[in-house]
This record gives sequence, C-alpha cells and structure tokens, in this order.
Amino acid sequence: MISVYYFGAISLILIGLYAVLVKKNLLKMLIGLSIMETGVNLLLVSVGYVAGRSAPILSEGIGPNQAVDPIPQALVLTAIVIGVATTAMALSVAMILHEKYGTLNVEEIRRLRG
Amino acid sequence: MLKRALAIISLLLIGYWIAQGLAGVPFGQDRMLVAQYYLDHVKEQTGAVNAVTAIVVNYRGFDTLGEVTVLFIASTGVGALLWRRKKQRTAKTEGSIVLTTGTRLLVPFVMLFGAYIFIHGHLTPGGGFPGGATIATAFLLLYMAFTTYEIPHKAFEKTEGAVGMAYVLVGLIGLAIGGYFLYDWIWQDWGFGVDNIGRLLSGGFIPIIYTIIGLKVGTELSGIIDNMLKEEVSK
Repeated sequence: MISVYYFGAISLILIGLYAVLVKKNLLKMLIGLSIMETGVNLLLVSVGYVAGRSAPILSEGIGPNQAVDPIPQALVLTAIVIGVATTAMALSVAMILHEKYGTLNVEEIRRLRG
Repeated sequence: MLKRALAIISLLLIGYWIAQGLAGVPFGQDRMLVAQYYLDHVKEQTGAVNAVTAIVVNYRGFDTLGEVTVLFIASTGVGALLWRRKKQRTAKTEGSIVLTTGTRLLVPFVMLFGAYIFIHGHLTPGGGFPGGATIATAFLLLYMAFTTYEIPHKAFEKTEGAVGMAYVLVGLIGLAIGGYFLYDWIWQDWGFGVDNIGRLLSGGFIPIIYTIIGLKVGTELSGIIDNMLKEEVSK
C-alpha cells in the first residue's frame, strides 16, 4: 500500500530529477538536486514512522513503547548535513564557472570550451 | 521539446519503478529491532531524554566525528575553490533601513537561540548541527545588512581548530578512562545528574559534545558564507 508520504517523497524525487535532466541553468539544476535530497530524506523519515506513536523524546506519557523509530531520524540528520556540504561545494564550482565563462548555461559552457 | 518529452517518459518509468520497489515496504508498522533496544535503554545508558541525540552522540558518536570531518573538508574545499590572492567584499549597496535595524536588534537573539538549541540537544529536538546553522544565519544577516562587515577571521579559524581537537580530546579521555573511544565517563562513572534526568544538567557528555559541534558548525558555515561573498579585486 502506497501511502501519501511515499507518494510525496517519490514525486519530490521525480520533480528534482526533472530539473536536473531538462533545465540548462546550473543553479536550477542544483535546486533540483536539493529537491531530490529533500524527497529522499522524507522517504527515510516516513519509513521509520509508526502509526499512532509520537516523537522519540521520552517524557511524561511517552515511554519506550510509544515512540517512533529514532534511527532513520538520526540518519537523516547526517544526510542533511552532508547535503548542505555538497551543495556549498557545487555552488562554489558554479561561481567559478560563471567567472570563467560569463554564463551559467551548461550548453553554452560546453560550446565555449569547444 | 523532444528532449522534454523523453525526460518526462523516463521520469514516469523511474517513478513507477520506485513505487513498485517501495510497495512491499509496510508503512506505519512497528518493526523496530535495534531501535527498540535503544529506546528501552536510552535513559539509564546515556541519561538523555531525546533518543535521536543519544544515537547521534553516544551510540554513533564516531560517525558524528566523521560527519564533522566531512563538513570541515567541504568548508576547506570551498575555501580552496574560491581562493584568490587579493580578495575583499565588493558589496555595493547597504541593506535597507528595515534590514539594518532588524539586524541590529535581532543578531544577539538569533545567536542566543542557536546556543539554546545546541545546549538543550539532549532534551528537545535539535542539537549541534541546527544550532550551529542558526548561529551562521546570524552572521549571514550581518553580511547582508552591512557592506563592510567581516567576521573576525583569526578568532574564527582558531575556534574552529580548537573545537575540532576538543571533540577528539573528549573521545580520547573516554578511551583512557573507560577503554573505548568516546566512552561517556561523566554519566557512566560519575553518574552526574542521575536524579536529574529530563533537566538541563544531565545527559552525560552530550551537552559538551553538542556545544563543540555547534561551535564548529557555526564557524564553518560562517566561513563558507564569507568565502562565497568575496570577490577578487584587481590592484
């Protein structure tokens, strides 16, 4: 059974992939990559979801048997940080390309390189 | 046009494939094995209320050290890619009056909020990474509002190196006392804050590690912002 969370995650991944495949502006491609990342993170978190339970913060009324799976959340925390790092790297590469070629259009950059 | 149509067709195929692959995964059901162990023992083993931070810092502390290293390498890489001999900020317009006044008012509170997030990592959602990112947004605000503002580079570089070493040092002290890297001696040996679980002064070394991570992430992200906003000047 495909739930609404899976549907949302898959459609986010596809939207991001569409941007990466079709768009010609480097910045738009990077935005697409970020959207894909968000989709994957949403997918991971929703895999760890357990119906009717609350966040894994043990406090009054929330014992070990009323909390959702904390491991995907910890993994997604890692994934978000790595995503920020790679996005920063990619953005600085895009900055250098723009400085060198004066454009962010990938096809023009390819043509300029000959 | 043809390219777009081809892209949409292949996307539909990929989407169908992912959906088929995930159709077998049961959703919303309890199938925890390792996580149930963590949830059952998190309070007496780590003293943290928030199971996610306990996993990130205690059970998987070594991974987090690697994660901090990845962030450090990324920040170094941005610095290396954008390195120039003569560079300075070439921002031309000062921020509008709303931005400058708002920045003057809000920067201390944004930083305070970031510090709050990473100090209370063992109690509430959050921790070192979001706290550090919040602090970096304060510096981003300063950069956007004032054309001449620059972060204190020397202090930032020293802080970055020092907190990086402090993390390893905490781990090595654990190795010396308890026999393995990142052993939580404050909680396991001293039992500091045992009758205090759920309050600020508990959680073993989680607040210490998260303060370290928060400072490191804050300085690194501010450094990335600083690198990206500078341009070469010819003289």
